[in-house]
Amino acid sequence: MKKEKSKGWLEFRQNAPAMMKSGVRRAGGWLGRSFGMEPGKVAQIFKNGLVLQNPTLVLLLGMCSTLAVTTSLKNAVCMGLSTTAVLLCSNLVISLLRHWIPKQIRIACYVVVVASFVTIVDLLLQAYLPALSESLGIFIPLIVVNCIILARAEAFASKHTPGYAAMDGLAMGLGFTASLSILGVVRELLGSGTLWGVSVLGEGFQPMLLVVAPCGGFIVLGCVIAAAQWARSLAERRGKT
Amino acid sequence: MSVTQLFALALSAILAENFVLVKFLGICPFLGVSKKTDTAVGMGLAVTFVMGLGSMFTWVVNTFLLVPLGLQYMQTVSYILVIAALVQVVEMFLRRALPALYSALGIYLPLITTNCAVLGVALLNTQKHFNFVLSAAYGVLAGLGFTLAIVLFSTIRERLEFSKPPKAFEGFPIALVTAGLLAMAFMGFSGLKVW
Repeated sequence: MKKEKSKGWLEFRQNAPAMMKSGVRRAGGWLGRSFGMEPGKVAQIFKNGLVLQNPTLVLLLGMCSTLAVTTSLKNAVCMGLSTTAVLLCSNLVISLLRHWIPKQIRIACYVVVVASFVTIVDLLLQAYLPALSESLGIFIPLIVVNCIILARAEAFASKHTPGYAAMDGLAMGLGFTASLSILGVVRELLGSGTLWGVSVLGEGFQPMLLVVAPCGGFIVLGCVIAAAQWARSLAERRGKT
Repeated sequence: MSVTQLFALALSAILAENFVLVKFLGICPFLGVSKKTDTAVGMGLAVTFVMGLGSMFTWVVNTFLLVPLGLQYMQTVSYILVIAALVQVVEMFLRRALPALYSALGIYLPLITTNCAVLGVALLNTQKHFNFVLSAAYGVLAGLGFTLAIVLFSTIRERLEFSKPPKAFEGFPIALVTAGLLAMAFMGFSGLKVW
């Protein structure tokens, strides 16, 4: 018994270097296949996320948090960056797992992945930025049900390699952050005359409280989307002539 | 729970703190499924049903599973799983029992899972330390508030079809501005905050 075992061990010792080499080569190949990216495609992904398919202004996803947290620029940026972090991580993990997730229960799997990352972000914010976490309230755990994240998981991460999926998460998240910031700037400036908590418009400014109130959120968002549509039609017309 | 307390809760959940127009929960279906009044009513009732059941189940999960085991940090994950399972059950039930409503709701039925209002009411129940009866009542009442908002909005949107807004405002922007005006009307109820 003992002899056989040692024989097997010897064999293993002999083969180990070759096995390790092929293992490394395989891992390298896998890394190359998963994370290899063409710069042109990455640029396209970023252009899509930031402008052409901006999640808030064009795809009209994730409206709840958009409307709720943009009463100040600080909240808007924090919300945007938290969502970006979740989107990046969840897109990466879902893309890595895309061959193992059964089709029928994929949504539930995505939700579990997203919810785990949201919990991490939530706990981190509570620990290091308690004031912000307080003011964002239940909208941090509600990132789980932000349509952008599930939409990108379903439409992009489940069909592309991890590298591209992560880039898409980053681009979409930054696009979301950018549009949240626009709304945050408009609403904070008009609604309280400040920017990032610093008074900008001076003492004499009469704040338009309506803009910070819930109804103002709808109206300002409507106007910003209208401006985006106007800009797009302008660009199309210029492209044609 | 006394009747006055229930009345106060109803006032605050349906009017003064309407989930859609004041708390900004459940905006996606509010904007997405409000083009026709029939589907809006169906969606509202389906969401109310899921919100009521969801409040009860999440309360049970939180009180008997998460709190005794000290796993409160798993709240978000476990709640969303409970809600996803519930929506699946409701979907199967509707397909058997009410195929007409099922096909009318179409893609929006599975989307109830990602309706912030459902998860939101579960999290709010936990935050406010509601007991079982209050949680269930708050879930159903908030769902009724959602139904009220979406039905009102859909009736306005049906008329909007015939109007001619400026080109840039066509489609979503004009709908958002309309929702803003609706929300302004609901602001008037904020004086009703009794409880």
